[in-house]
Amino acid sequence: MTATLALQVIQPILVLLLAPLLTGVVRKTKARLQRRRGPSIVQPYRDIIRLLRKESVLAHNASWLFSATPYFVLAATWVAATLVPTFRFDTGLGPAADLIVIVGLLASARFALALAGLDVGTSFGGIGASREMMIATVAEPAMLMLIFSLALVAGTTRLSDIAIFVQSPILGLRISLMLAFVGFVIIAVAENGRIPVDNPSTHLELTMVHEAMVLEYSGRHLALIELAHSTKLLLYVSLISVVFFPWGVAPVGSDMARHGVAILLYIAKLFVGANLLALFELTIAKMRVFRVPQFIGVALMLGLLAALLRLVSRSL
Amino acid sequence: MTTLPKILGGGTDVTGRWPRVAVSSKVWEFAGQQLEKGAWTLVAHWAEPAMVHAALRERGSGATGILSLDVPDRRYPSLGRHCLSARRPERAIRDLVGLEPEGAPDPRPWLDHGKWGLRHPLGERGAAGDMESYRFLPVEGEGLHQIPVGPVHAGIIEPGHFRFTASGETVVRLEERLGYAHKGIEALLIDAPLERAAKIAGRASGDSTVAYAVAFAQAVEAACDTAVPPRAAYLRAVMLELERIANHVGDIGAICNDAAFSLMHTHCAIMRERILRAADIAFGHRLMMDRVVPGGVANDIAPDGKNQIVKLLALITRQFPALIAIYEDTASLQDRTVRTGLLRHDLVMQFGAGGFVGRASGRTFDARKNLPCPPYDTLKFEIPMLERGDVDARVRIRIREVEQSISLLGQLFAQLPDGDIRTPVAPRAAEGSALVEGFRGDVFVWVRMNENGSVARCHLRDPSWFQWPLLEAAIDGNIVADFPLCNKSFNCSYAGHDL
Repeated sequence: MTATLALQVIQPILVLLLAPLLTGVVRKTKARLQRRRGPSIVQPYRDIIRLLRKESVLAHNASWLFSATPYFVLAATWVAATLVPTFRFDTGLGPAADLIVIVGLLASARFALALAGLDVGTSFGGIGASREMMIATVAEPAMLMLIFSLALVAGTTRLSDIAIFVQSPILGLRISLMLAFVGFVIIAVAENGRIPVDNPSTHLELTMVHEAMVLEYSGRHLALIELAHSTKLLLYVSLISVVFFPWGVAPVGSDMARHGVAILLYIAKLFVGANLLALFELTIAKMRVFRVPQFIGVALMLGLLAALLRLVSRSL
Repeated sequence: MTTLPKILGGGTDVTGRWPRVAVSSKVWEFAGQQLEKGAWTLVAHWAEPAMVHAALRERGSGATGILSLDVPDRRYPSLGRHCLSARRPERAIRDLVGLEPEGAPDPRPWLDHGKWGLRHPLGERGAAGDMESYRFLPVEGEGLHQIPVGPVHAGIIEPGHFRFTASGETVVRLEERLGYAHKGIEALLIDAPLERAAKIAGRASGDSTVAYAVAFAQAVEAACDTAVPPRAAYLRAVMLELERIANHVGDIGAICNDAAFSLMHTHCAIMRERILRAADIAFGHRLMMDRVVPGGVANDIAPDGKNQIVKLLALITRQFPALIAIYEDTASLQDRTVRTGLLRHDLVMQFGAGGFVGRASGRTFDARKNLPCPPYDTLKFEIPMLERGDVDARVRIRIREVEQSISLLGQLFAQLPDGDIRTPVAPRAAEGSALVEGFRGDVFVWVRMNENGSVARCHLRDPSWFQWPLLEAAIDGNIVADFPLCNKSFNCSYAGHDL
C-alpha cells in the first residue's frame, strides 16, 4: 500500500524533475550536431534556479491576469503531464487520464498565455498571441481527429487502456496506428514551438511565436513559464512513447524491481525522443507563418485517413 | 546637349578620376533634372559650411565627377525634389552642416536625434534647441496596426529603429529611423594628422575596415599625387578580397540562420573563422585593421602568410561547393528565400545601389570593373549579375563573388611583385576622391588636405546610404516574419551610415 502511494507521488515529481533535462538533452544534441560544444545538459536547471532568484519586473499596465498566468500555466501543464502514464499504467488519476482532458488542459494553458500576451499591450505580445491562436485553431482539431482515430482502434479515449491495447499481442500491424503516429509527431512539433513551426532559440523578435508571447515575463514568472514549456515537451514525448511504444511500462500490480526497470526504460525513451527531435530540427528550415496551417493540416488529414481506414476495415 | 564631361571640362580644377568644379545654381538645377531622368547617378552628396557637393556618374559614358555649389546664404536648391536617393543625404546635410535644401520634400531631421548637446557639428555650431518629437509618415486604413522594433533588439546587433505598419501579418509600410550609431567621424577627421585620420577612417564600419582604409588612402594619394608601389597595391587587393570572402561566407550562413537553418550558420561561421585566422597570420590582424595606410601598406605579408592563405583557399575550394549544395538542396530553405523580398530593377537604378543588392536586381556596377585601379585592371574576373532581386538572388550573388574572389586571390599571388610596400606621402594642400569596392558595395571617400599634411575635411560615404531605403521597398507586401531574412540579405551597415 505504502509502495503504491510512494509510486503515486514519484510519478508527478519525476515528470517535473525530468522536464528541464529533456530540454537540456535536445539543446546539447543540437549543439553537438552543429559541431559546437553546447551548454551542459543541466543548464536548464541552472537557468530556472537563476530566474527564480531574480526579481520579476512587471509592466505598469499589467493586470492580475499577467502575474497569475504563469502559475496557472504550470499547474495545468503539470496536471496534464501527470495524467500521461510514463513508467506505470496505474497513474492514480487513472480514470481521469483521458486524452480529451489532456487536450483541454493544454488548451486552457495556451488560452491563458495568449491573454497574458495581450494584457500588457505590447505589439510583440499581440503578434505572438495572434500567431499562437492561429496555430491552435488548426492544431487542436487535428489533435482531436487523431485521438478519435485512436479511440476507434482501441475502443476508448483513456490513455492507459489505449496503451494496454497497443501492447497486447492481439494487435497486428495497423496502418491506421502508423498514420496516427506521424500525425502525433507533427502536432508535437507544432505544439511545442519547434522548428519548422517556431524557433525556440531565436533572437529575432519579429519571427517569434511562443517567445513573443512571453517576451514581457521575467524572474520567477519566466522560470515558471520555462518549466511549463519543458514539461509540455516532456508530455508530448511521453504521450507518443506510451501510445505507440508502450513496451516496458510496468503493468498494474508490479513489484518495485519491475518499476525500477520501467523508470530506466522510460528515461531511455525520452533520450531517444530528444535526439530524434534535435536531428529533425537541424535538417529543416523554419517555414513561413502561413505555411504552418498546411503543415498541421497534414496531421488533420492523417487523422481523418486513419479513422476512415478503421471504418472500412477492422484489421487496418 | 550638355554632358557631365563638358561641365567638368569647363572647370579649372580638373584632376584624376573625380574632378571637382564649382557650378552655378543653373547647372546645379540641370544636374537635378539629369538625376530625375536617370541619365546621371548620385554617388555621394555632402556639404561644407558654405558649399554643397554632389559626386555624380553619367550612366552612358561612365564619366564621373563632383559638382559644387557655393551657398553663402546657407540655402541651396534641393536635389531631393528630383532624386529619391538624395533625400536622406540632404537631411543629413541639414543636421550636420546646417544648410537648408530649398524645396526639400522631407523637412524632418535624420541623424540628429537631439541628443548631441549641440547642432550642426560640421557647420556653424549652435546650442541644441528643443527638438520636436520625430513624426513617422502617416498611414491610414482599416485594421492597420503599428509594430515598433528597436533601436534595442533582442540579439546583439547594431541599433536601428524600424516602424512597421501591418495589416495582419502583411507589411503595408516599413519606415526606418537611423542615426543611433552616430560617432561624429567626420568631425573627428577635421584637422586630424594623417596617421590618426587613416585610423579613424578605418573604423567607420568595422566589417569593411579594409575597404574604408583603401578608399581613404587612395583619396589622399590622389590629392597628394603619390604613386603607390606595385607590391602595396597587390597586397591591398589581397586584403580586400580576403575581407570580401570572409564577410560573404559569414552572410550566407547568417541569412540561413534567420530562416532557423542553423547547420549552414555553424559551418559558415567555422569557415569565416578560418579566413580571419589566416588573415591574422598573414597581416597581423584578424580584420586587417590599420594595415592599409596612405602611401602603401603598414607591413608586408608575413613570410608564412602566402602559404597560409593558399592552404586556406584550397580548403574553401574543397568545402564551399558542399555547403552550397546544402543550401540548394534544402527545399524548406529555398521555400523561404526564393521570391522573398523582391527588389525592382528600376529602383536599384534610381538609387544607384551597389554591391550584391544592386547586382541581384540587374545593376552590374562594380568599382573594380567600372573604375578599376591597379591591380584590378590587369586581373581576369567576372561580375555576377542576376535579375530576380529576391533573397535567394542576393545569396547567389554572394556565392558567385566568393568564387570570383578565390580566383582573384590566386592571380594576385601568382603575380605578386617584389619591391617597396610604402612611399612617403608628400603633403600639399589639395583634394582627392576615390571609389573602392568593399564587400557591401562601393565606398566613396573625398578628402581635402592641409598644407601640413593633416586632413582639412573628409567625407566617407557608405554603400548602405543607397541600400537602406531600398530595404523599405523590398519588404513591401511581404509578411512581418520575413523581415529579418530580407534585412540580413541586405546586411546594410548601421555604423557606416550613421558615421
